[in-house]
Amino acid sequence: MSEITALTAKQAADAVAAGDLDPTELFEAYRTRAAADELNAYTWVSEEAPVADGTAGTPLAGVPLAVKDLFCTEGVPSQSGSKILEGYLPPYTATVVAQLAAAGAPLLAKTNQDEFAMGSSNENSGYGPTLNPWDRARVPGGSSGGSAAAVAGGSAPWALGTDTGGSVRQPAAMTGIVGLKPTYGSVSRYGMIAFASSLDQAGPLTRDVTDAALLYSYMTGRDPMDSTSLAHPDSIALPTGDRLDGLTLGVPEALTGEGVEPGVFARFEETLKLAEGLGATIERVSLPHTEYGISAYYVIAPAEASSNLARFDGVRYGKRVEASTLLEMYTKTRHDGFGDEVKRRIMLGTYALSSGYYDAYYGKAQRVRTKIAEDYKNAFAGVDLIVTPTAPSVAWELGAKSDDPLSMYLEDLFTVPISLAGLPAISIPNGLSDDLPVGFQIAGPAFSENRVLSAAYALEQAIGFDGAAAAGRNQG
Amino acid sequence: MIDREQVLHVARLSRLELSDDEVGRMATELSSVLGHIEKIGELDLDGVPPTSHVVEVANALRPDVPVECLPRDVALSQAPAVQDGGFLVPSPQAAA
Repeated sequence: MSEITALTAKQAADAVAAGDLDPTELFEAYRTRAAADELNAYTWVSEEAPVADGTAGTPLAGVPLAVKDLFCTEGVPSQSGSKILEGYLPPYTATVVAQLAAAGAPLLAKTNQDEFAMGSSNENSGYGPTLNPWDRARVPGGSSGGSAAAVAGGSAPWALGTDTGGSVRQPAAMTGIVGLKPTYGSVSRYGMIAFASSLDQAGPLTRDVTDAALLYSYMTGRDPMDSTSLAHPDSIALPTGDRLDGLTLGVPEALTGEGVEPGVFARFEETLKLAEGLGATIERVSLPHTEYGISAYYVIAPAEASSNLARFDGVRYGKRVEASTLLEMYTKTRHDGFGDEVKRRIMLGTYALSSGYYDAYYGKAQRVRTKIAEDYKNAFAGVDLIVTPTAPSVAWELGAKSDDPLSMYLEDLFTVPISLAGLPAISIPNGLSDDLPVGFQIAGPAFSENRVLSAAYALEQAIGFDGAAAAGRNQG
Repeated sequence: MIDREQVLHVARLSRLELSDDEVGRMATELSSVLGHIEKIGELDLDGVPPTSHVVEVANALRPDVPVECLPRDVALSQAPAVQDGGFLVPSPQAAA
């Protein structure tokens, strides 16, 4: 059984297509591992394998998929990590999950996450924190931490996450796997329980770059149910080249190593040298407004969240606390149903949108967002891709940042500005610091996923990272 | 920077009951985050248009054709309380 789960998703799909692997056996191998998971990576695990005939001849050949809790899945608990949605069974399935099922990736399990995707550590889940398979005393990152722990620990071949300000890339980095945040709009958001609608985007978490390209290639497409979605201009190809000849990689001028753990920065600089060895040119780029990214993000995302989360009021679904008046029912239901971080962001967002503060906060943040997008546009006139570490630190110990929300927010320094600009970016494993995984982030212009994936693939081959044993992936 | 009065006002707008302890904590934590956010006040943003959408999509309309919607019983199936084919809620007025 461990042999089956040692295969990447692409290898497993190829083995099934060649008739060397039975898809039911494949599903069962993962189902058994997921059901025995000790990392609290899951909120629900399928009880039986789907009928194999359903995936015969499909491109993804029956390779099962773990899906973040916040994707609606018909008849299967979808709680977005929140107690306010405990036991909620949606009447429909998210477009991207349905698309992947149709392509041959059946639902294996739902994964744990920070409540409503608000957090960078998975400690904000209403269902208990997920543990990092590299060191169970540490967080796996977040908010797609359950998906990351599942893939890194080998109880799922691949997983769906969502990224609003770094929630796919940062947990991928902290668990030694690959995470892709696609161009905003390239994947339908229909059926994703919304956090910040102008930023939320679904993305794959996978063992390698090839799997990320394969899964993403079946995620894209315009969906009439999401008016912000649009057709990807390119068809997504599996990357093959191992060189970077002719490519110019931009490194932000402000990235000097200050505020970044020394081990993380050392790995980053080593990989820049590797890139030069593969034929790339390294250039410094000016992104003068990205230092305001965190400030703008922590206005815009909570503002949108405060509006999106107004729907949780005890009327149509989820938890209700009984009370004698309607208003009291609302306020008590929301008090009991939401966790601390969600309350904090609802309050922050409501404040930023309230009369007298709207222009000073929300209006200004949306203008900063325009300047950040312009910075990237100008930078990409001179370079093909922009590279940074994914996160300034390795996975921290459980509880280490829980009492200081601001210090947790600042962890998103390298991922947030890219999200504000709606651009695609990938995190790939970039070696270890203090025996813990480090991520290397590659961002490109809108819809340049093929370029981002190709460069990631070439660097992946050159870095030669193998975290399978350390993450416990190959154990029975 | 943000006091208890303001916290209570915003909590009312948010339809969120907060315990006494939570009000105090919220005032401290929100002040700390808002202190960081103040940074954007340094920038001269006169004449800069606000971002409404990061990728160019204009007037994404679907054909005006009626389609099936969720059946009523399915739409009501997850509600905490239902009566006469609708969502049942407490009265807006306190009981006399």
